[in-house]
Amino acid sequence: MIEPKQALNGMALEELEQQIAEWERNELAAFLDRQPERKAEFRTAGNIPVKRVYTALDVADIPLEDIGLPGQYPYTRGPYPTMYRGRPWTMRQIAGFGTGADTNRRFHYLIAQGQTGLSTDFDMPTLMGYDSDHPRSEGEVGREGVSVDVLDDMEALYDNIDLENISVSMTINPTAWILLAMYVALGEKRGHDPNKMSGTIQADILKEYIAQKEWIFPIRPSVRLVRDCITYCARGMKRFNPINISGYHISEAGASPLQEAAFTLCNGLTYVQEVVKTGMNVDEFAPRLAFYFVSQADFFEEIAKFRAARRVWAKIMKQRFGARRPESMRLRFHCQTAAASLTKPQYQINVVRTALQALAAVLGGAQSLHTNGMDEAFAIPTEEAMRIALRTQQIIADETNVTNVIDPLGGSYYLENLTSTYEREIFKIVDYVEENGGTIKLIEEGWFQQQVADFAYQTALGKASGDKPVIAVNKYVDPDERQDIELHPYDPETARRQIANLQRVRKERDNGKVAQLLERLKAVARDESENVMPVTIELVKAKASMGEIVEALKDLWGTYRENPVF
Amino acid sequence: MTVPSNVIRVLIAKVGLDGHDRGVKIVARCLRDAGMDVIYTGLHRTPEEVVAAAVQEDVDILGISILSGAHMTVFPKVIDLLKQHEAEDILLVGGGVMPDEDVGALKEIGVAEVLLQDTPPQAIVDAVRRLVEARGPR
Amino acid sequence: MPAAVSSLDLVEPVLAGKPRAIARLISRVEAGEAECRPALEQIYRRTGGAHVVGVTGVAGSGKSTLLDQLVLEARKSERKIAVIAVDPSSPFSGGSILGDRIRMNELSLDPGVFIRSMATRGAMGGLARATHEAVDLLDAGGFDLILIETVGVGQDEIDIVRAAHTIVVISAPGLGDDIQTIKAGVMEIADIHVVSKCDRPDANKTLKELKSMLTLGFALRGESAWQIPVLATSSAKREGIGELLAAIDRHRRTLDDSGEMEGRRRVIARTRMLKTAENILHDRFEKQHDGKVSSLIERVVTRELNPHTAATELIAALKSEP
Repeated sequence: MIEPKQALNGMALEELEQQIAEWERNELAAFLDRQPERKAEFRTAGNIPVKRVYTALDVADIPLEDIGLPGQYPYTRGPYPTMYRGRPWTMRQIAGFGTGADTNRRFHYLIAQGQTGLSTDFDMPTLMGYDSDHPRSEGEVGREGVSVDVLDDMEALYDNIDLENISVSMTINPTAWILLAMYVALGEKRGHDPNKMSGTIQADILKEYIAQKEWIFPIRPSVRLVRDCITYCARGMKRFNPINISGYHISEAGASPLQEAAFTLCNGLTYVQEVVKTGMNVDEFAPRLAFYFVSQADFFEEIAKFRAARRVWAKIMKQRFGARRPESMRLRFHCQTAAASLTKPQYQINVVRTALQALAAVLGGAQSLHTNGMDEAFAIPTEEAMRIALRTQQIIADETNVTNVIDPLGGSYYLENLTSTYEREIFKIVDYVEENGGTIKLIEEGWFQQQVADFAYQTALGKASGDKPVIAVNKYVDPDERQDIELHPYDPETARRQIANLQRVRKERDNGKVAQLLERLKAVARDESENVMPVTIELVKAKASMGEIVEALKDLWGTYRENPVF
Repeated sequence: MTVPSNVIRVLIAKVGLDGHDRGVKIVARCLRDAGMDVIYTGLHRTPEEVVAAAVQEDVDILGISILSGAHMTVFPKVIDLLKQHEAEDILLVGGGVMPDEDVGALKEIGVAEVLLQDTPPQAIVDAVRRLVEARGPR
Repeated sequence: MPAAVSSLDLVEPVLAGKPRAIARLISRVEAGEAECRPALEQIYRRTGGAHVVGVTGVAGSGKSTLLDQLVLEARKSERKIAVIAVDPSSPFSGGSILGDRIRMNELSLDPGVFIRSMATRGAMGGLARATHEAVDLLDAGGFDLILIETVGVGQDEIDIVRAAHTIVVISAPGLGDDIQTIKAGVMEIADIHVVSKCDRPDANKTLKELKSMLTLGFALRGESAWQIPVLATSSAKREGIGELLAAIDRHRRTLDDSGEMEGRRRVIARTRMLKTAENILHDRFEKQHDGKVSSLIERVVTRELNPHTAATELIAALKSEP
């Protein structure tokens, strides 16, 4: 027998090669003669070819320091030295529907069930910067998330929640800076120390142009808003993540895991470039850059993806940006299981899919996790579906003991090889983008969008042909299935209540002051060297609505129109 | 090269505020690859814009995808607008994520077909051809 | 509108400018339906009022966005405007994805604006076969200004010259070698040059290059009465659009005043007639003489006949027809 350690010196490797060659000639060949393999070639979900079996030969070229130890550069094995032995990941189930008060009730339910962080989903009008009484909001108020127009809504949303002790995440993008302003105003009103309030806004606008398509303004002013959030938080909200650089939506739009990881890191380094341009030192803001990835179905590929993303980011921050603080180099990420992998037919089995994806996230070293409800292929999840999803995480944390040992799959020949393949391929894409004019230019040219669309199309063809099995959809279909499912109800009164409240606020506030502040906002927005946060905070305190703030800047900047690719 | 006669024309639109266009793009590509003319009007459109475009483009099929849950607000509006434009021969097809009971309700008010998430490409092409054939010449 | 209304019954609503009728007839022309010929005959007699403007430029020059703003500008004077946006069909499936409307969505709601997307369906030269007749229908329907947006320009996609009265060629800064493409292909056809995206820092370079090329003698199409302008526009800043519209209008007046309009109409008429004759022959060979064509192909391939002799035989077969 050859020990892996021995295999790292030249002589033993030759022996190993010989052993493999003999195995192929003898045991393997004879077996294949009797029973050929199922396919000529096996590939990951991301279409990366994989070998029959991996050995020490496949890791011989990987520098030991690239694998390293947890909490140590390049953080392949995890961002912290103790990982889940210190504290399990944050269980952060997203919630949001109806009015602030409606969602607040769901938050308290989830906290009572043992959830350790909050995550907020907003309705489409809030995400896109329309007030609830705008004609375009019709039918969408409070439906897919919670509706927020003015500061009062934010107060109701986080009523009785201790913002210094529970971290709050907000899934919000083009209008993120306004919600951040509301959050600051709310904290101030409650007497919190802004440097103690922890939480996250998503605010990753670049992936919107690539994938999720929630945008308002053209790219450059939008990136400036992100920049302003980052610099504002770096100076006055030291525990707040001003951005959550997201691959999740890129994946949901159809990208491969490799594209997800690489494009996300391209976006990340673009934000770093933009902030550095303002003269801020990279170590002043980089520690609070947070990431967000999906956990898909291909178990080992996902784990390799997470590990490689950490390694690549550490190298980029150190080598390209000259970061010195470890916190600037270690990638922390939130993870969500893949909503697009859930099926309507035999929807109960979504629990199993989600559990496996969640396990991959944990073995990949996620800092926080959302597990999807089994009914999400129908509508937003019911309380019951959310409880089961949360219990799934609790079972992994408390019953499986996978949390006892850090990066327990580290050293697996296959996983380490795949991690290195991922690192290499991610760098190829990052370099290509840099050489061809950078992320923003390639977004404008539709390059990322085309890559995503192509992989999505291949996936659709694969599902149709059966090459890509989806249980209950193209395999093990139950033609007699009758679904008896209870869905989260939509309260048609929501919009009416929300609009009435908004109109009351508009009547009671000092409209002259709002108008004056909106003019000041435009002046600040015109001057690239200024930060929009302070005046926006004043605006939300004066009860300006989100729609009014957005419309003022639309006058100035116009709106984005995409050049679609197919 | 011959002039292909009776090429089926389809307008594909995203109405409402959600930007999930993975599905519509795949559909557009499948229909093009099946030899149809596909007019894509992009994201975040209003029912009024989409119906006016469908009339000017004289499409056989108006396909609207919604994943924001607003389908029960949007489709009745589109049906009304088609009637106002005397364009009821333009067949309305819905797509996206919606509960089965809503699918039934939409068909009741005049939506010709509803194609949900994960409908295989060939099934979409077949459905479009079947609908246009059933409508007959106009 | 009831199903299968006759094309002749659509003539009146077309003349009244009803979008539904115009749109319907355009589809029938596109489908090559013989049934609509008598209606088109009537329509044609009522055309000639519109100013037809071809807008062309390389991909990425921001044609559609510029058109969107040009239409908004022109609508300030209450003129009725139509846009025909031509995009290529897939050579593999014959289908197409037409996305130009994305940049003109808001215009859809303006009853004084009509936008139609057309696929080339195998036609070469940058236009669709039915483009001319679509122009007729819109002209007869009372549209004052008809803008034809062609497929992005390559060297030989210049049929637009023989379809429009005024040609606008759009270039954009930073498209690398594309100035060369324009030089080789369509530099000569422009009545008006536009450099779009002039909010970008490298725009001046493009403007200069274009102007110097013009002085070097590429202004082949410029009549003595018309000085080809080079205009700078920025869709982002909404600048230069008014100037572009003014130049388009000025060009029409110059054409009218100098008598050159007459010449251009003649060119258009000649091209349409010959091109249509070509198409008719082509279709007959494909549809009615398919067997004959196939057998001749075999004889050409085996070197029994040369292509010219085979072609003569094909024409002879046509002559024996009623």
